[in-house]
Amino acid sequence: MSELPGDLLYTKEHEWLRREDDGSVTIGITDHAQSALGDLVYVELPEVGQDVDEGGDMAVVESVKAASDVYAPIGGSVAAVNEVLADDPEKINSDPYGDGWIVRMQPSDGIDEAALMSPDAYQQFLDELDD
Amino acid sequence: MPFIPHTEKDTREMLEAIGADSLADLFDEIPAKLMIEHLPHVPEAMNEMEISRLMRQRATMDGSPMCFIGAGAYEHHIPTAVWDIATRGEFYSAYTPYQAEASQGTLQTIYEYQTMITELTGLDVSNASLYDGASALAEASLMAVRSNRRVKTGRVLLAPGVNPVYEKVASAIAGAQGLTFERLPQDTTSGNIDFESLPEGREPVAVVVQQPSFVGTLDDVDRLTDWAHAEGALVIGIVNPTSLALLRPPGQWGEEGADIAIGEGQPLGVPMSSGGPYFGFMTCRQKLVRQMPGRIVGRTTDLDGNPGFALTLQAREQHIRRSKATSNICTNQGLMVTAATIYMSLLGYEGLKRVANAAHANTTLLADGLCKIAGIERLYTGPFFHEVALRLDRPVAPLLAALAERNILAGFDLTSIVAADALLVCATETKTEADIKTFVAAFADAMAASDVKST
Repeated sequence: MSELPGDLLYTKEHEWLRREDDGSVTIGITDHAQSALGDLVYVELPEVGQDVDEGGDMAVVESVKAASDVYAPIGGSVAAVNEVLADDPEKINSDPYGDGWIVRMQPSDGIDEAALMSPDAYQQFLDELDD
Repeated sequence: MPFIPHTEKDTREMLEAIGADSLADLFDEIPAKLMIEHLPHVPEAMNEMEISRLMRQRATMDGSPMCFIGAGAYEHHIPTAVWDIATRGEFYSAYTPYQAEASQGTLQTIYEYQTMITELTGLDVSNASLYDGASALAEASLMAVRSNRRVKTGRVLLAPGVNPVYEKVASAIAGAQGLTFERLPQDTTSGNIDFESLPEGREPVAVVVQQPSFVGTLDDVDRLTDWAHAEGALVIGIVNPTSLALLRPPGQWGEEGADIAIGEGQPLGVPMSSGGPYFGFMTCRQKLVRQMPGRIVGRTTDLDGNPGFALTLQAREQHIRRSKATSNICTNQGLMVTAATIYMSLLGYEGLKRVANAAHANTTLLADGLCKIAGIERLYTGPFFHEVALRLDRPVAPLLAALAERNILAGFDLTSIVAADALLVCATETKTEADIKTFVAAFADAMAASDVKST
């Protein structure tokens, strides 16, 4: 398993968040999640401008085995979606923390960091899953 | 592959493995007050001899009347080979096995079926079939909501020609999921849509167009399709598969074509059987395929490069995605589809076209004959396919009863649907010129013997 990027926050749903300079938050799924799903064949993206509640369905990632919801880790409105994924969903497999980002959100409130995990905390969470 | 039920030993071992004492224990979580001990209208079980005798008695009650009723199910000649082949042991199961790829023959049949249905409807992909035509409308409407996410109204607009039974079934299934079904206005002269009073700004998620319409007419599907697309709606076409041998397929309606096509597959080799089992078909554009319910068979190659067939796009089916599946009634009607595939193979394009032409010619002959009787005229102007609505100068029900006495099922009573004394008649290729003359003469007799003012 590759090193977890140190500048990201993580969730128990195996998503990552990155704060951008303009106040928006980029969201994707972790290397662990893409590896568990297997080769992705389709990503269903939300509409730009759509409001999403915290914990609500935001996107669907589909592999040959399963279609899984991506839940919004924060509430807000969708500022941008990674259009590349429409034709190239396997970008999530090859570069989950980079070109495989899924959604950029404009948070409606601040980010509750206490509800999210640091790289170390997420690594520990993963280690416990393996036990 | 064989289908063998569990032995008592199997059942016992499975119960032991999960720590249950009896099968009844598996239903423990259902509250006692919801359990029904006795069903008063369900008779006691019968043995094979008793049930055979009962079914023979019931079968004779059907008789062998001459049938001029269409209204959604159609009597067609079914070549003997169809059911001779379909009931071979290799095909004779209603279901795709759960270990589907072990049954390559079943999958290939479904694949051939999908290919034929997409060619008939002029769209890109077909599923392995649905329960029936009516529930296919519910599934298509739900599919439209999932696909057309810009529109949040859940409002589905139905052309006046949509089968009223389909509307009932669709709103029973999809109504509880927030969908509403509304009718578009009808031009009472043509029976078709009234383009002059189309509603604006209703934000429909889908517009449903049936061709031929329930009352037999042919709507301006091109104009309606273009209007619906301009309103931001997806277009769902309900079509009769036999008619597609003559009429333009939904995939070619208007500028862009319909987005989803559905219909009742019964005319393709399935007997009327007092109402079922039938099958629903569904096709759509490639870009909507991930929202299509049901199973889809794809052609692929194995490790050695040999062609083979596999279920594809299963990730959204209920055995994987549970409550978030594209459908939770994604039954397919494998046996009926097998029959339809054989039927279409035997007839081919030319055969299906001959069937459609003969049905149209017979219905024309029938309508001309009946309209020569005083007190009968066409209810609507304009062309029809193999079904036509007639206006009568007196109540319909007593006439139907009188003709039933003479072993003729004289048509479908439209009175409650069109708020006029009206009858829908159909003569498929199964009727001869002599049959039609017999029917017309019997109808004239019944008219002569009945009173215009009777109720």
